[in-house]
Amino acid sequence: MNFTKESGKPRYFVIELIKMIEIKDLHKSYVMGENSLHVLKGIDFTVKEGELVAIMGSSGSGKSTLLNILGMLDEADKGSYYLDGKPIKNLSEKIAARYRNKFLGFVFQSFNLITYKSALENVAMPLYYQGMKRNERNKKAMRYLEKVGLADWATHLPNELSGGQNQRVAIARALASEPKVLLADEPTGALDSTTSYEVMRIIQSINDEGKTILIVTHEDDIAHMCKRIVNLRDGVIIKDSKINQVRTKSATHV
Amino acid sequence: MFNRDRWEEILEALSSNWFRTVLTAFGVLWGIFILVILLAAGKGLENGVKADFGDIATNTMFMWTQTISKPYKGLPKGRRFSYKISDVQAIKDNVPNMRFISPRNQLGGFGGSNNVVRGLNTGAFNVYGDYPEIIEQQPMDITSGRFINYGDIDEKRKIAIIGEGVKTSLYEFGEDPLGTYIKINGVNFIVVGTYKKKSQGGDSEEDQKEIYVPFTSFSQAFNRGDRVGWMAITAEDGSSITQLKEQIFDVIKQRHTIHPEDDRAIGNFDLYEQYSRIERLFFALKIIAYFVGTLVLLSGIIGISNIMLIVVKERTKEIGIRRALGATPWSIRGQVLLESIFLTIISGMMGISLGALVIYAINKVLDASGPVDMFSNPSVDIGVVITALIILIVSGLFAGFIPAQNAIKVKPVDALRTE
Ligand SMILES: Nc1ncnc2c1ncn2[C@@H]1O[C@H](COP(=O)(O)OP(=O)(O)O)[C@@H](O)[C@H]1O
Ligand SMILES: [Mg+2]
Repeated sequence: MNFTKESGKPRYFVIELIKMIEIKDLHKSYVMGENSLHVLKGIDFTVKEGELVAIMGSSGSGKSTLLNILGMLDEADKGSYYLDGKPIKNLSEKIAARYRNKFLGFVFQSFNLITYKSALENVAMPLYYQGMKRNERNKKAMRYLEKVGLADWATHLPNELSGGQNQRVAIARALASEPKVLLADEPTGALDSTTSYEVMRIIQSINDEGKTILIVTHEDDIAHMCKRIVNLRDGVIIKDSKINQVRTKSATHV
Repeated sequence: MFNRDRWEEILEALSSNWFRTVLTAFGVLWGIFILVILLAAGKGLENGVKADFGDIATNTMFMWTQTISKPYKGLPKGRRFSYKISDVQAIKDNVPNMRFISPRNQLGGFGGSNNVVRGLNTGAFNVYGDYPEIIEQQPMDITSGRFINYGDIDEKRKIAIIGEGVKTSLYEFGEDPLGTYIKINGVNFIVVGTYKKKSQGGDSEEDQKEIYVPFTSFSQAFNRGDRVGWMAITAEDGSSITQLKEQIFDVIKQRHTIHPEDDRAIGNFDLYEQYSRIERLFFALKIIAYFVGTLVLLSGIIGISNIMLIVVKERTKEIGIRRALGATPWSIRGQVLLESIFLTIISGMMGISLGALVIYAINKVLDASGPVDMFSNPSVDIGVVITALIILIVSGLFAGFIPAQNAIKVKPVDALRTE
């Protein structure tokens, strides 16, 4: 929160960065018949505005589970979650839908584009759910397609684009609604290393503009392109440290 | 709710699998088609049967005398009696809501011997002694001249109105009967009018072979005194002759010293009762048509519901994506419901149109091949179409309801996991 401390003497500002995500003692179990699998066993962490965080861990360590809860696609069993200061608890599906739309942008490993819609229509979709007029919507979607370098591909269907291009469309879609936080679950998982770096370059440049981003990955090189790495194992955070970001080549001109 | 994007999505969804969409639509199309055809056939039958009543005022009863079947006040049973002209006034005075009471006398009849002569031509015709009101009860078109009026009644004029059928048998082609004389049972009457009955019933030929003369002249010419053969009684609109007739019988029984419980002394034919019976029959037919049509329609609706379930299932992942992007439950539900209503209405409208087309064709054939007994002008009125439309919208809603609910039942995260 931005707040001004006004004491008697000289005026000065303490600028504290906004806590975008704040979770405390988060638990999640999957119940299958008789068995229950305790996946998240008390996660505490905070992400401030402008951070670029990598969540690492071996397969099955609960990374996706955590990200899905952060993305309000799933609910925790226990613990608290504040998104931009708002408690995320027992929300009606209608409110949840609005929060997803306004506060969160999601990027999936398998892109999850709608196959019968063009790149532009896919990007415009969150804006449609905001109730934006068609013209305005398409203009804005076009701007985001330009941003990821796909303006020329606006009318193409997902199956006419490469994997890397599809993921860039998905990123443009996640950004179009100007969310507070971008969540990406293994965004490069389905891509070769060249296109992976391309995607990471875009992610870095978006982060440079101030967007808060969380990326789930199990690839070391991808994780080191972030600014902070959170390590998960057996449902708890075993390590959480700031790192020196590895910049992708030509990250400055997207 | 009805913006362009919505419609685009609906069309996209429906056109993504044309074959399936058409097959599904066919179920509803067929159902509503059957409903329309059944209703129209019922209407055609109804029109045909009601045409037999012609333009006769249906709130009418005909009343004649029969043998008295109960001894009363010292009088034996087995007597016969006749209505008197004074009975008419008595009924008018004692029974409310009477519109017309026409006493009638009659000569001749089916297969009777020749009773009418004009020059060298003779013929056997029904001859009626009537009051002017009878034309209101049994409508006929006066094709030339005039009908009986009260002047004729009061002055007992020997005038006659003859049917077009009588004219053809007694007159040369093109000859004008007005002003000529015909001899009925030896008494001369001057023809002052000709008529044609509109009745479309089976014996319309016979209907045109009647002769009408004033009641009073008839009584005088054929020695009927103050006796009345039978009566045609019409109640006012809004009350039914079926309910009033007992009161009429009571008046008659009292005046003719008949046992109040003698049900056989007075014969009657109650058009209103017959008509109501037919009305009830067609009402029942209509119910059956709706029942059968609705059942067939229902199977169509279930088909749509089924397909929507499959569509929703197929699109689980897409729905998950949309929800991750911020689609509200109602926008997802609305989409499924609209799709189902749209599909139902489109196929329903096609069923109605097809039905209308078939009915049109049947009418064309009927027109071309001349009238068919008991069946004419099958039709579906706008009320039925509107009812069908409402049924369609409601059933579309129902068809989409469960699938729509299914669409948002899964958590977004689970929806996204499906492949
Ligand atoms: N819907 C589910 N039902 C049951 N078990 C699940 C479900 N989703 C995930 N799991 C299990 O939870 C654990 C964590 O899964 P996940 O969060 O996907 O791990 P990661 O993304 O780190 O590979 C895994 O063992 C996985 O099998
Ligand atoms: Mg995962």
